[in-house]
Amino acid sequence: MIRSNSRLSRAADIINYCVLILIGIAMLFPFYYMVVVSFSSYADFVQQDMLLWPKTWLLDAYEFILGSKVLFRSIGVTIFVTVAATLFSLLLTAMMAYALARNIMGQRYFLFMILFTFVFSAGIIPTYLVVKETHLLDSFWSLIIPSAINSFNLIVMRQFFLSIPNELSEAALIDGANDLQIFSRVILPLSKPSLAAFGLFYAVSNWNAYFNAILYISDPAKWTVQVVLRQIVVLGQTKATLSDAAQMAMAQNPPPTETVGMAAILIATIPILVVYPFLQKHFAKGVMLGAVKG
Amino acid sequence: MVQLRRLWKEKYLYLLLLPGLIYFIVYRYVPMLGNVIAFQDFSPFQGFLHSDWVGMKHFVKIFEDKEVIRVIWNTLYLSFLQILFAFPASVVLSLLLNEVRNGKFKRIVQSIVYLPHFLSWVVVIGIATVFLKTNGVVNQLLHSVFGMEPIAFMQEPGWFMPLIVLEVIWKETGWGTIIFLAALAGVSPALYEAAIVDGANRWRQIWHITLPAIRSTIVILLILRLGSVLDVGFEQIFLMLNPLNKEIGNVLDTFVYFKGIEQSDFSFATAVGLFKSFVGLVLIVGANRLAKRFGEEGVY
Repeated sequence: MIRSNSRLSRAADIINYCVLILIGIAMLFPFYYMVVVSFSSYADFVQQDMLLWPKTWLLDAYEFILGSKVLFRSIGVTIFVTVAATLFSLLLTAMMAYALARNIMGQRYFLFMILFTFVFSAGIIPTYLVVKETHLLDSFWSLIIPSAINSFNLIVMRQFFLSIPNELSEAALIDGANDLQIFSRVILPLSKPSLAAFGLFYAVSNWNAYFNAILYISDPAKWTVQVVLRQIVVLGQTKATLSDAAQMAMAQNPPPTETVGMAAILIATIPILVVYPFLQKHFAKGVMLGAVKG
Repeated sequence: MVQLRRLWKEKYLYLLLLPGLIYFIVYRYVPMLGNVIAFQDFSPFQGFLHSDWVGMKHFVKIFEDKEVIRVIWNTLYLSFLQILFAFPASVVLSLLLNEVRNGKFKRIVQSIVYLPHFLSWVVVIGIATVFLKTNGVVNQLLHSVFGMEPIAFMQEPGWFMPLIVLEVIWKETGWGTIIFLAALAGVSPALYEAAIVDGANRWRQIWHITLPAIRSTIVILLILRLGSVLDVGFEQIFLMLNPLNKEIGNVLDTFVYFKGIEQSDFSFATAVGLFKSFVGLVLIVGANRLAKRFGEEGVY
């Protein structure tokens, strides 16, 4: 982009770059601080004027967490739920989106039915009662089924299917394929990159899901990682939550809540950081999500 | 007959549609009907077929209950703060990013500011909890630079709303720029060139070209935001609430959760939730009309 190059303009540029660098630091500093605290001793955390670098790097917090099954069990639960829920959501969303992208009878009514959920939500309590009545409470299915289809994703995916040229399906039709075969052998393979993008967004939201977990799951053995993190960090109930590790550490001095909490958050955030570079490729989809019109 | 034949011809498409359709009916529309318990004294043992009908009793109670009035006020106030501070933050950051000419620098900054969006609220508030402890880094900084006494940010009710807004700004500002930057990517460089020839400086270019280019995006997003003015984010508020700040921080969604799920006062909680959904519906339809009157496209 060509812009005027007056001295004033260059000064504005420098200020702009500095402001953006400061914003970047403000975004990254909490991550840095989290890493530093997780490796610090309690004395370092409390006494230093400003903790930017631990005097000694300690692994106490990580050893403490490794001594407990609770966090890792919850990570296992969350991996299972995330994979299952993502696949289930993708399949249901793709099937419905494709059917609605074809000119089926009653299409208008089905679309209205979906768009209406944008402007009117059923509410927490009736949804809870339905989940209860369908016997999903305290089952992993409660984290998978009630949030299976995101209406926005459905509409965007339909838009994507609409953009696939009709000739492809028609050619398959002439070769004697029925609609199921066209969907599974022509459309789905063709949509792999797009499905991957939706899958990533579904996966991140499943990994981070917290609301459904506290609403529908009361058995601590089925807690997801976000629920355990809340117990440890926000409520500060480290020892009660990771009781098996606490018992083992009783003989020595258990590490403080703060360092254990930060270590736990770091471990639980690694999957997000790992998929982040892949997510970045698909940010354009995020734009599409915002640009949907009914 | 013709229709039946068409139905038969499209049978496999309906087969593909069916699971999703069942999902929408069971988990989106049955709960909408389930809202009838707001007009009952619902008891789980009797079910909604046998519970007593009480008409508008619970809705009348909404406007008599001091706590609900307080909660509605909290919700509106927090929404107002978010629209006032968090919404413009994204616009400003997009303008700053749009002025960057070095493509590599721009991409790096974008990668950094989008990242917090992908963290869960539990993680964000977990970090904030340690960050803002009385012996955490913020208080240490305030002490060593200004000699201030430590502030219990997470417990002081007065800090509740500012913290909520700051957390939203930290987490979502970067992500919020995506849509504005997309709109700005479509602006022809020729417009800027012409403006330079006419002697427009950087501020004039922003004022006369950049801002008008994102005006309709701003309007549409504001409409959407107004339509969801009663949604202030359950997870974040729920995680930030504690007995000390509950009076100032309880909002409609958390109130419904505490009343309905924790205290099992299903009917009253549902009435409050239904009231909220209904107001939301009216607001979004109204805001959309308003936008169309001002010559914008509207959302639907």
